[in-house]
Amino acid sequence: MAKVTIDGVTAEVPDGTTILNAARMIGGDLVPPAMCYYTKLKTSGGYCRTCIVQVTKGSDKDPRPMPKPVASCRTTVMDGMEVKNITSPELLEARAGVVEFLLLNHPLDCPVCDQAGECDLQNLAYANGKAGTRYQFPRREFEKIDIGDKVQLHMTRCILCYRCVKVADQITDGRVHGVINRGDVSEISTYVANVIDNDFSGNVIDVCPVGALTDKTFRFKSRVWYTKPVDAHRHCTKCTGKVRLWYKGEDVLRVTGRKDHYGEVNDWICNECRFDKKKTADWTIEGPSHIDRGSVISANHYESLKALKATIERQKKALPHGNKVSLGHGALDPNNA
Amino acid sequence: MTTLTQRSKTVSVRKLSLSERLYLPAILKGMLITLGHVFKRKPTIKYPEEQREFAPVYRGQHVLKRDEAGAERCTACGLCAVACPAEAITMDSAERKKGEEHLYREEKYASIYEINMLRCIFCGLCEEACPKEAIFLTDRIVPSSFTRGEEIFGKDKLVETPDQPIDVSKRQEAGLAAFKKNKQHYHNRTFRDARPGVAAH
Repeated sequence: MAKVTIDGVTAEVPDGTTILNAARMIGGDLVPPAMCYYTKLKTSGGYCRTCIVQVTKGSDKDPRPMPKPVASCRTTVMDGMEVKNITSPELLEARAGVVEFLLLNHPLDCPVCDQAGECDLQNLAYANGKAGTRYQFPRREFEKIDIGDKVQLHMTRCILCYRCVKVADQITDGRVHGVINRGDVSEISTYVANVIDNDFSGNVIDVCPVGALTDKTFRFKSRVWYTKPVDAHRHCTKCTGKVRLWYKGEDVLRVTGRKDHYGEVNDWICNECRFDKKKTADWTIEGPSHIDRGSVISANHYESLKALKATIERQKKALPHGNKVSLGHGALDPNNA
Repeated sequence: MTTLTQRSKTVSVRKLSLSERLYLPAILKGMLITLGHVFKRKPTIKYPEEQREFAPVYRGQHVLKRDEAGAERCTACGLCAVACPAEAITMDSAERKKGEEHLYREEKYASIYEINMLRCIFCGLCEEACPKEAIFLTDRIVPSSFTRGEEIFGKDKLVETPDQPIDVSKRQEAGLAAFKKNKQHYHNRTFRDARPGVAAH
């Protein structure tokens, strides 16, 4: 076990834990943001630099500070390490610079993009970025590419986090998806005319932190904040079948994996569940999803009617005769709201 | 007992005098006031022949603008509907097909765009939220109607006709108007403008 202090909060974590994961064990505001690191994908992380932290004390044995900010997703903790994240103004300045770099070539097409509202880059830029850009050169633009008939690659929006490449490498068998070229001209690509026809290829949509890989069956159907997420499951021979359905009215517009607090899916889901099962009859509904990520979706706390329930309880107590009140069947059922 | 205000008056029930019982002096007094108003300046105007001057930022009926090339600016991003405190705006989006570039500015457009004018409170938050300078409130007064259905304005009533553009330049700041002329920004380009940013690879 190693003792690590992050922003003044001390925790005991197992040896070999990265600083990012140690911070996630503590939780709260001191957790560095991450655009490329994905817990369930091996060797992910180390590309985007948004998770940088300042190590002010290396360890008990060697207390020298590290000379530069380090990527917390790739740096393991040492016993007695002291780390500064949100308590260091220089570090926040450096992170704002990283965000500016990520946004250099990223188009300002959030009003068109399907990812808007649940986009990691949008949230990151809002929390850590600057309002304006200093970049004066033309941004790179690409034509849209179809990866299979259900996934669309919009390379213009890509920030080269490599998550989808890791999915193609590790979840699917046979590598058909990779990064070609280098530096400023590098791009995500499939082998020429080679589409991904693997059962789990749709997961590249879920791991994409921006709107570069999007679901063609959901394309322009609705803005995400107008849809209601509901947890559901079905018996599936290929995957766990545990998914999140996104409803607009009576229609299931989209099926995704269930994402946790850090935007990472709990279980990979297969393409059949994702693209072909879009009827309520296909699923067993568990209830409204709880979304506590930094997102406009979490602003709609429709899932719990706590305030309404409290009001009704208070009113019931004020009633004179036997606290009996009839609200009609299912009045407090959130699915009924 | 202390009173809350100084305005209360004590009334006495006394017998009216002869002149008061005749009522004629009081009637005459009232008639004089009425007659006096005939010679005063009239506060009313003869609408619609005559119209009052509008404030430059008067918030009347909405318009959905087209760009210089005549393509609809709205991209159905939904921010106006989110900003709307009265929840008067609904929309549905569709994807632009090849060959429709002269009709719609972005690859996504509003296939249905409706404002319920009975709900609208003309606060102008929609035009403030709009990232595409597509929706503006104008100095036109919303016409009245006999049914509720007529007060739900669709795209047929909201989108300006290309030959009769509605001037909203008074509602835009000088800085914004200058920014819009810079074609380097993707935001300001129409389908007719050359695309300096398209990479060769």
